[in-house]
Amino acid sequence: MSVLLAFAAAMLFGFGTWLLLQRRLSRIIVGIGLIGHGSNILLLTSSDGRGLPPIIGSADPTDFADPLPQALALTSIVITFGVTAFLFAVGFRSWKLTNDDIVEDDVEDRYIARRRVDVDVEESEAAERESAVEEDRA
Amino acid sequence: MIASLFGSLVAGLPAADVSAPGSGDFDALIPMPVLLPLLGAALSVVFARMRAAQRVISVVVLLALVVNNVILLVRVDEATGNAVGGVAVSQAGGWAAPLGVSLVVDRLAAMMLVVSSLMLISVLVYAMGQQAEERRFAAFHPVYLVLAAGVSASFITGDLFNLFVAFEMMLVASYVLLTLGGRAGQVRSGMSYVVISLIASTFFITALALIYSAVGTVNMAELSGRMPEMSGGVQAGFSLLLIAVFGIKAGIFPLFFWLPDSYPTAPNAVTAIFAGLLTKVGVYAIIRTQLLLFPNDSQQGTVLLIVAGATMLAGVLGALSHDDLQRILSFHIVSHIGYMIMGLGLFTLAGVAGAVFYVVHHIVVKTALFLVAGLVERKAGSDRLSRVGGLVRSAPMISILFALPALSIAGIPPFSGFVAKFALVDAAIDARQWGIVVVSLLVSLLTMYVMGRIWSNVFWGAPEDGVVSDRLEPGATKVPVLMTAATVAVVGLSVALLVFAGPLYDLAERAGADLLNPRVYIDAVLGGTDTGATEVGG
Repeated sequence: MSVLLAFAAAMLFGFGTWLLLQRRLSRIIVGIGLIGHGSNILLLTSSDGRGLPPIIGSADPTDFADPLPQALALTSIVITFGVTAFLFAVGFRSWKLTNDDIVEDDVEDRYIARRRVDVDVEESEAAERESAVEEDRA
Repeated sequence: MIASLFGSLVAGLPAADVSAPGSGDFDALIPMPVLLPLLGAALSVVFARMRAAQRVISVVVLLALVVNNVILLVRVDEATGNAVGGVAVSQAGGWAAPLGVSLVVDRLAAMMLVVSSLMLISVLVYAMGQQAEERRFAAFHPVYLVLAAGVSASFITGDLFNLFVAFEMMLVASYVLLTLGGRAGQVRSGMSYVVISLIASTFFITALALIYSAVGTVNMAELSGRMPEMSGGVQAGFSLLLIAVFGIKAGIFPLFFWLPDSYPTAPNAVTAIFAGLLTKVGVYAIIRTQLLLFPNDSQQGTVLLIVAGATMLAGVLGALSHDDLQRILSFHIVSHIGYMIMGLGLFTLAGVAGAVFYVVHHIVVKTALFLVAGLVERKAGSDRLSRVGGLVRSAPMISILFALPALSIAGIPPFSGFVAKFALVDAAIDARQWGIVVVSLLVSLLTMYVMGRIWSNVFWGAPEDGVVSDRLEPGATKVPVLMTAATVAVVGLSVALLVFAGPLYDLAERAGADLLNPRVYIDAVLGGTDTGATEVGG
């Protein structure tokens, strides 16, 4: 059982990571969801293993399953759900604004890169001018 | 999740009072930094259509928070005479420590609570003066209060999973604040911010699962006691995993890349509070977990020092290459996170005390700088260095407001930045870590150059006429009184740091001593369970 769960978690992490590295927003969101599920399964496997439902008075407490990981997983499922919903909303907004769901580069980074290219062009032009002047002299 | 936390805290109040007869009302103050803002947020939703009522609620709640936190700090710090003092504990829901969630206020947490609540109220006033997002969106006030609750909860929680919940509370609020308005730039950078934060959260869950399966608890005090039973490799793995998780939030090298992209696109006031508080919550979590859970590990110290040096350099070089005032300041945050990590990486009393002092100094000064950047944008219509000039003549008040925190952050004596950097460099020299000494001094020089560049471009030089803003409507260049007043208050606070640098450093040193001796924390949380928070009351 535990091996199966560990395998499932590993698969979810793997697929999630692959989707996360894509350029499309929708895939990234699905990838995040998968990784979230993987970590929740990991949380579940952190208990000692199977047991009876931990309801006081129903059975001998030593036979109970550890309820804490389940409580933690439940909390994190709720949080992941909420944030994924928010991500979808932002993704939808992005799609409405740009008609596309490709993740864009940062504008400021492009600005800096362009400035860098401009400087390079100026420098090479200056170097060309100088060499032309020297050729004239020769 | 918020509702369940809220419910357990509310249920905990009477029970905790009964269980701690010696400490009386003091015990009830501990959950207040979380409870009050959440209550305010709920009320604020009810009054969604009445902005005036929302404003009153927010201001009252945050003022009450300041008072509450100052009382907490004074009470916690006074307990020095007591051998086990300096740590106040409240068990939420009346459940004893390893079972329930402990809320723990030690000197570091109390200091952070006071500074953060002061920043929260100042930035709120600034936002109200700005008449922008705060006025247009009914969601601003409730979400802002949830952010306040999340930040406070991160400081006072004594439970690793609860720390995750507190982080999420803070982060979800920050997602909303960042994308408030839904402009194209905000959506673009908000998207990457949310995705990065979510990945960090998933790592956090993974770390929690691994830690729980290995150690069998998520209570930080109990974890601290049991961690030595683990083998060295397992401990090192956990330690690095937690550094990575909180490092994404704190913006340390090489995990800082999202920060300068996303912060500047947020509304002005929001950027200021993010810059001041959010990264520092990450730093706080690193300091707390490393010193409490892995106290005797020198390997982590070396890793942290290398990361610190790289963070400083990467941040300051980024700041040098940019043209947009908010971006420069955002890169600058990264650079200064390096200093805080450096103090922690030394693992000495002087280093940790220096780091604590640096965090407090940086929260105030950085918030001040971002608030002034907002004033500059308002006054000049742009915050590009190449487009603004001559503000020293057209707006001498703003120039002074910028100069004070800028000199402080560059580390010019006698400002608090000098005290903080001096303390850290001195600690590094004592620890014979020459590499980090050289890097930190170099970065300090570059910081001065960056500040000088801003100053000579924005404040000196010819006033550039005809720069009509692209973001603001014409005629908006009059700076509202509330914005200036809030900025003056924060800048005044940064000057007060200089005046009270001595006592504040002593306090940071006491906080550092507490942090380096986890036994106090463990005894207060686990040993004091039967009598509640009597350690402090007595």
